[in-house]
Amino acid sequence: MEVLKTDRQPIRGTEDVVLVRQAVRAWAIELGFSLVDQTKIVTAASELARNAVIYGGGGHVNLDALSDGARRGLRLSFEDEGPGIKDVEQAMKDGFTTGNGLGLGLSGAKRLSSEFEIVSALGEGTRVTITRWK
Amino acid sequence: MERIPILKMGEFLLVTIQVDMHDRLATTLQDDLTERIVKARAHGVLIDISSLEVVDSFIGRMLGNIAAMSRVLDAQTVVVGMRPAVAITLVELGLSLPGVRTALNVERGMDLLRAALRNGGAENGMDGSPQD
Repeated sequence: MEVLKTDRQPIRGTEDVVLVRQAVRAWAIELGFSLVDQTKIVTAASELARNAVIYGGGGHVNLDALSDGARRGLRLSFEDEGPGIKDVEQAMKDGFTTGNGLGLGLSGAKRLSSEFEIVSALGEGTRVTITRWK
Repeated sequence: MERIPILKMGEFLLVTIQVDMHDRLATTLQDDLTERIVKARAHGVLIDISSLEVVDSFIGRMLGNIAAMSRVLDAQTVVVGMRPAVAITLVELGLSLPGVRTALNVERGMDLLRAALRNGGAENGMDGSPQD
């Protein structure tokens, strides 16, 4: 697997969520994603960027355009240095939230992605990585 | 402060969302609409989202809140113009917008609102359940 292009964008407040959506859209178009695939990865990115702000106190996202043989993919890694998630399994359940959202962010983002990984350490932060292959 | 305009058309309010909304803008719209429903004595709200390329759980929740609040204020809400890619994504995200009436376009949305008004609004015809 080869990384064709990489970039990092800050996520400090909810205004930055819009900028993340725009960046992810531009990269997905550049990689030749279909409209539905673009919409899915942008929506997943929106959920995870907002989570990073609300629960992680802000962070950043790493964007990687991937090439694996003939496949093209977009990998997004959302990192924050917030309090971390106590029970990741519970946080992944539909409808579970410690905030006032719908509890669909993590579980929904997973359904919208081809690959999903979450690493969280209490007191250190959370990293959620999603990849969508074309 | 940046705001989404709300137009009054007879007994209805019309909102066309044409920008990629950040969360605060969506919350402001929700508050503004609630106030305008009362001030304008509106019996219906039509929200056109045909320009929206993304509806995530935050915007979905806002649409649900607007529908619920307007129902309490004796007004019906119809969301129109959802793009097919947005609909596919919403369902996969796990959001089916319960309680939010939808129509294909503005014309059909207005028809729904007029029919609801003729039938006596909240009590008959449009109870906001997704299946009816």
